[in-house]
Amino acid sequence: MRTEKSAKRQRMAVAMMLAAASMAALPRIAAAESLLRIGMTAADIPRTLGQPDQGFEGNRFTGLTMYDALTMWDLSSADKPSVVIPGLASEWKVDDGDKTKWIFKLRTGVSFHDGSPFNADAVVWNVEKVLKQDAPQFDPSQVGVTASRMPTLASARKIDDVTVQLTTKEPDSFLPINLTNLFMASPAKWQKHYDAAQGADAKAKSQAAWAAFARDASGTGPWKMSSFTPRERLELAKNQNYWDKARVPKLDKMLLLPMPEANARTAALLSGQIDWIEAPAPDAVAEIKQRGFLLQTNEEPHVWPWQFSRVEGSPWNDIRVRKAANLCVDRDGLKEGLLAGLMVPATGTFEPGHPWRGNPSFQIKYDKPSAQKLMQEAGYGPGKKLAVKVQTSASGSGQMLPLPMNEYLQQALAECYFDVQLDVIEWNTLFTNWRRGAKDPSANGANATNVTYAAMDPFFALVRFLQSSMAPPVSNNWGFINNPKFDELVSKARQTFDPAERDKALADLHAASVDDAAFLYVAHDVAPRAMSSKIKGFVQPKSWFVDFSPISMTP
Amino acid sequence: MLAYVTRRIFYVIPIVISVALVCFMLVHITPGDPLVAVLPADASQELANQLRIAYGFDRPLPVQFGIWLWKAVNGDLGQSIATGRPVLTEVMRAVGNTVTLAIAAASIGFALGLFFGLIAGYFRDTWIDKVATSIAIAGVSLPHYWLGMVLVIIFSVQLNWLPAVGAGPGGSGAWGWDWQHTRYLILPAITTAAIPMGIVTRTIRALTGDILSQDFVQALRAKGLREIHVFRHVIKNAAPTALAVMGLQLGYMLGGSILIETVFSWPGSGLLLNSAIFQRDLPLLQGTILVLALFFVLLNLMVDIAQAAIDPRIKRG
Repeated sequence: MRTEKSAKRQRMAVAMMLAAASMAALPRIAAAESLLRIGMTAADIPRTLGQPDQGFEGNRFTGLTMYDALTMWDLSSADKPSVVIPGLASEWKVDDGDKTKWIFKLRTGVSFHDGSPFNADAVVWNVEKVLKQDAPQFDPSQVGVTASRMPTLASARKIDDVTVQLTTKEPDSFLPINLTNLFMASPAKWQKHYDAAQGADAKAKSQAAWAAFARDASGTGPWKMSSFTPRERLELAKNQNYWDKARVPKLDKMLLLPMPEANARTAALLSGQIDWIEAPAPDAVAEIKQRGFLLQTNEEPHVWPWQFSRVEGSPWNDIRVRKAANLCVDRDGLKEGLLAGLMVPATGTFEPGHPWRGNPSFQIKYDKPSAQKLMQEAGYGPGKKLAVKVQTSASGSGQMLPLPMNEYLQQALAECYFDVQLDVIEWNTLFTNWRRGAKDPSANGANATNVTYAAMDPFFALVRFLQSSMAPPVSNNWGFINNPKFDELVSKARQTFDPAERDKALADLHAASVDDAAFLYVAHDVAPRAMSSKIKGFVQPKSWFVDFSPISMTP
Repeated sequence: MLAYVTRRIFYVIPIVISVALVCFMLVHITPGDPLVAVLPADASQELANQLRIAYGFDRPLPVQFGIWLWKAVNGDLGQSIATGRPVLTEVMRAVGNTVTLAIAAASIGFALGLFFGLIAGYFRDTWIDKVATSIAIAGVSLPHYWLGMVLVIIFSVQLNWLPAVGAGPGGSGAWGWDWQHTRYLILPAITTAAIPMGIVTRTIRALTGDILSQDFVQALRAKGLREIHVFRHVIKNAAPTALAVMGLQLGYMLGGSILIETVFSWPGSGLLLNSAIFQRDLPLLQGTILVLALFFVLLNLMVDIAQAAIDPRIKRG
C-alpha cells in the first residue's frame, strides 16, 4: 500500500516537473528568433561603412540592408522593371533657371540606428565624405565605388533642415538615378568614433574612425548591425523603428556568410547549414531542385556582349558585319544547351517591357541566311573569311561561363564566314585593359572585348559606351564609338528633366544603338539563387538587388 | 651549441630580406591594377589616376619597397586597400585560425604517419607493409580539395553528421575547444592531414627499413636485447630525419592551404590569400606572404636547432 502511494507520488512529482519544464520552455519557444542564413559569393563581407565594395553584391547585402539613399529602387515586383522611387528624399526637382541645381526635400522623422536625426546636415556630410577632399570625413577608399557611379555630382548645400541643394558639373537628368548609390551613414556615430580615435594627424584619425565605424555601423536602413566578425560573418537585426512601416523586416535576424566557392555554398545549403545561397554550382541545380529547394531566377539588368572596336581599320566599322554577327548566334541554343536555361537571350541592352527599350527597327534574332547574305554583301564568303579577335577572360564577376560561351560564338560565327580568334587573359587584366581602350597596346590586336556590364542606370547602360567623349581615358567607350546621332541623343536625354520624357529620350538612344548593332548582344544573366522551401514572401525583381523585408520563414 | 645557434640566426637575416624583396616584386609584376579593390570595373581612368596618387602607387617601385620595408620592420604592414583594416590584425587573426587547423591536422597526420611508417618498415614486404604503403600513396596522391569535397558530400550532405563549412557557430572569434566548435574542424583537419600522413609514412618506412638492416642493429640483437629495446634505438636514429620532414610539413600546414580553406570556408591564411589575390589587395597580399614566409624561416630555424640538439654530429658539420 505504502509502495503504491509512493509510486503515485513519484509519478505526480515527475508530471509536475515535466509541466513546469514545459511552462519554462514555452516563453523560450514563443520568443525563438527567426534567422535567415545566407551564403554570399563574396570572399569577404562587403564593406559595412556605407559604401560597400564587391560590386552590386556588396550593395545588395551591406548597402541596401543597413543604409538608405535619397532615392531607391522599387524591388517589389518580379514582373515589372525596377524603377527609381523616393527614398530618404520624398521629392525632388531641378531648378528651372539653372539645370545644374537640384532641390531635394527630405523625409522627416527619420533617425539613424544610433538615434541621431537624419537631416540636411547628414546629406551634405555624406556627399562630402566622397567629394570634398579637405572634409574631415573624406575617405579615398569610398571614392572609387561612389564617385564613378554619380559622375556629375559636384557638391551639396543645406537650405534648411529638410531641404538640400545638390549641384552637378553639367545639366544631368540622371542624377536622381545615380543617387541610389550614395548611402547615408550617421555623422554623429562617425564623430563619436573620430573623437575616440588615435592617430598622428587628422587624416590618420579619420581613417581610424572609418575603420571603427565599419565595425559599429549606423545607417537608417531596415536592418541594423548586430554582430560582425571580419571576413567571416555579419549578423543583422531588424530595425523595428524603420521609417517605412511597410518595410519593417518580418524576420528577426539575418546572417551573412562569405562563401566564394560554389560547391561549398551548395554543400552548406544541401546540408541545412544555411538557408539561401547566391549562384549555386550549375552542376548541382538538378539536385538542388530534386531535394526540394527552390531555384529563383529573373532577368537581371546585365549584358554579356562583345564590345566592338571602331578605330580605323577595324572590321566592325562595316554595319553589315556588325548586323551579321548579331544575326548569326542561336541564343536559344546557347541558353538550353550550355547554360541549362540560366540566361535570357539578349536583343539589346534592354528587353521589351523596359521603359528604355524603345522600338528598334533592327530585330536581333537568329537568322543565319540573312547573316550570310550580309557578309557576302560585305565581301566575305566561305573562301574569304573575316578574321576577328576578341579579348576575354577565363572567369570573372558577371562573365558567366566566358570560355565555353565564346567558343560557342566562335563556332556559330564560323558559319557566317567569321574566323574568330580568342585572346584569353586574366579577368582583372581584362577590365584594366577595358579602361585603356582599343587603341592601347594592351588590346593586343583585339578588335572586340568581352566585358560584361550592369545596366541599372542610363549612364552605365548606355552613355559611357556610346557617347564619343566617354572614350578612354575618360570612361568605358573602349571601341571609340563616335556617332553624332548617339551624342545628340545622349545630350537630349541628359537635359530632359521630365522623367517620362527623359525615359523616351533614353529609349530613342537605345533603339538607335540596336539599329546600329553597336555591340554583339548575347545574353542577360538571371541571378540564380537557391533557397530553402521554408522561405516565404521572397520576390526576385528584375534587378541586382533584393528586398529582404517581406521575407519570413516557416519553422 | 650557442655558436651554432647564433650562426643559424645570423643566416636568417639575408633570407628574410630576400623573402621581403621577392614577395614585394612578385605581387607588383603580376598584371592587373592594384586599385581594383577600391575601383569598380567601370571606373574611369581619370578616377583611377586620382586614386593611384592617393594610395602612393604612382611612386617608383624602389621607393614603394623602401617605405613598405621600413614600416614592416616597425611592425606596420599597412592597411588593406579593400577593407581599410590593418594588415597585421587581419593576418594574425587568419594565422591563428590556420594554426588551429594545422595543429589538429598535424596531430592526425603525424600520429597516423608515424604509426603506418613504423609498422610498414618493421614488417617490410609483408601484407601489413602493402596496406600501410597503399594508404600512404593514397594520402599523397589524392587531390586534397577533391578529398575535401568528397568528405563534405558524405559527412555533411548525405549523413548530416558534420558541418560543411565555417569555423564554429559563432565564427572563429568565439572559438572554443568543445564539441560545438571542434566538429567544424574535423573535416578540414582530416583533409589537411592526408598529404603529411602519406609523406611521413613513406619517410619513416624507408628510414626504419634502412636502419633495421644496419650492422649495429644486428649487434644489438646479438647482444640479446629485447626487440622493444632494439626498436627504441631504431626510433632514436630515425628521429632527426623524421623531425626535419615533420617540421617541413608543419611549415606547409602553417602556411595554410588556399584550396582546403576555400572549400571549407575556413577563415585562415589560405582563405585570406585567396581573397587578397582576387581583390588585388596588394598590402594584404604582401603582408600575408611575408608573415607566412617568416613563419617558414623561423620553423626551419627551430627544426635545425632541434636536430642539432638531438644529433650532435650536425652542429659539428
